[in-house]
Amino acid sequence: MSISESDVVNGVDAGPPAGRRSPLNTRRLGDRLLRVYVWLIIAWLFLPIAVMIVFGFNDTQSKSNVTWQGFTLKWWGRLDEYPELVAAVLNSLKIAVLATVITTVIGTLMGLALGRYRFRGQGATNLVMFAAIASPELVMGASLLSLFISAGVQTGFATVVIAHVLFSLSFVAITVRARVIGLDRSIEEAARDLGASTWTTFWRITFPMILPGVVSGALLAFALSIDDFVITQFTSGATQTFPLWIWGATRIGVPPQVNILGTLIFAIGVVIAVVNTVNGRRRT
Amino acid sequence: MKRLAPYLLILPGGLWLAIFLVVPMVFMASVSTQEGDVVNGFAQTFNFSVYGDALMQYKTQFLRSAGYGLVATVVSIALAYPMAYWIAFKGGNRKSTYLLLVLLPFFVSFVLRTVSWRFLLADDGMLLAPLKSAGLLPEDFHVLQTTFAVIGGLVYNYLPFMILPIYVALERVDPKVVEAAQDLYAARREAFTKIVLPLSLPGVFAGVLMTFVPMTADYVNAGILGGPENTMIGNIIQTEYLVNNDYPTAAALSFTLMAAMLIGIFAYAKALGTENVLEAAAR
Repeated sequence: MSISESDVVNGVDAGPPAGRRSPLNTRRLGDRLLRVYVWLIIAWLFLPIAVMIVFGFNDTQSKSNVTWQGFTLKWWGRLDEYPELVAAVLNSLKIAVLATVITTVIGTLMGLALGRYRFRGQGATNLVMFAAIASPELVMGASLLSLFISAGVQTGFATVVIAHVLFSLSFVAITVRARVIGLDRSIEEAARDLGASTWTTFWRITFPMILPGVVSGALLAFALSIDDFVITQFTSGATQTFPLWIWGATRIGVPPQVNILGTLIFAIGVVIAVVNTVNGRRRT
Repeated sequence: MKRLAPYLLILPGGLWLAIFLVVPMVFMASVSTQEGDVVNGFAQTFNFSVYGDALMQYKTQFLRSAGYGLVATVVSIALAYPMAYWIAFKGGNRKSTYLLLVLLPFFVSFVLRTVSWRFLLADDGMLLAPLKSAGLLPEDFHVLQTTFAVIGGLVYNYLPFMILPIYVALERVDPKVVEAAQDLYAARREAFTKIVLPLSLPGVFAGVLMTFVPMTADYVNAGILGGPENTMIGNIIQTEYLVNNDYPTAAALSFTLMAAMLIGIFAYAKALGTENVLEAAAR
């Protein structure tokens, strides 16, 4: 994309009309520098990811995969060398799927209640949701662990799922609420006027209309869950997840298999994100 | 039935938040004043002196965390604002592509990205080794285990949380308002400082909330990129809970951290309007 092209398509412009106060050339130069800056930041954001992907193909001999030794595909066939690592990745996926399903269902219900009704306790609900987003993960993890210790609950798979639902819930509820508020109620009223029951109206009219919000909430919940480290570490007990396994391995050296699994998860994430973006473009 | 609808809808989620967010905070407060050990169990003795002792012992780490969080937040604003500005005003029809690029790194685990930085910045790693062998850097030069590495890691990991809310606020600025300012002969700089900047401040505030709080409580960056001189309060809490099993001290420290942050957050949100911050934060 060239500079001129972006200026043509650009509908929004904070600068003054060209040539009134500041000369056109300085403005152009400023924009160009800013564009270079933006790409530098993007490059910085991607640098460690590029390193991760490239070092999955490194023909390293020792346990520490730090210096480049030549290209190889051999690690792709050796994922089974670390059965606990594979088990940890599978655990991460299972937890993410389960937490996403629970979060999406109860978060959507919350979003409907908050977007559609005025009711007693709404302010308190907003406040607690705000606290759930704003509290540091460390504090949420530490207090959940305190609860589990006091109640004599053994931490493990189930407690991790509980924690993951907790921190994604507010995000889903808010995403759905935004969608519900934007709904055109007259369409539902039309369905009622034509004799549809409350139940039919919900499933045939309301639900399809809020679905994009539900889907992006679910994707967000999945992404938050699969990446989570801090709360997971506090609530996992003996259960391993992918990020926990990596943390444990940093002291002894991270094997190339981690890079490969990271690359695979990244690839899945890219596909999901691109689908979601295209989905988002279509609905606006 | 119709009256009950909102309560029935909110019930499962509300209960989840109450049981697993609000109640645990009470339990954490309770654990903090107990005495005992893992083997023999803990008993409630309302031992409030643990707060004073813990704070005295880990004063340095508390202050260091606040300092790191503050510096990293300021650096993040400085880095994120121009980027959000460019995407919002010059991104044209590719805005969503740029935003996607900002978000994509999140699909690699936070821990794995930080570990990647450790490789990159290692004393004999890809970045330093060539510079050292070329004689541009002294042999004993190192980046890991320094304050710079920890703050750099914090900024790296949380920058998108600053970019996005600022972007959302800037994107909402009506270009007509800016045009009006120009029609009234505001200079370019004035149009920015008097119109665009004030309108984008809610985004900056939301960004501060989304970054300062988790950065101050972070222990992954200090753990992976830092040295013994960079220990943050998060590292202490994590070790006390999960390694030393000194639950009362750990609970007292995290309760203090939470109280300090909640007071700060609510004062901050009160001043700026909860709904606004919440909406911006959720985007």
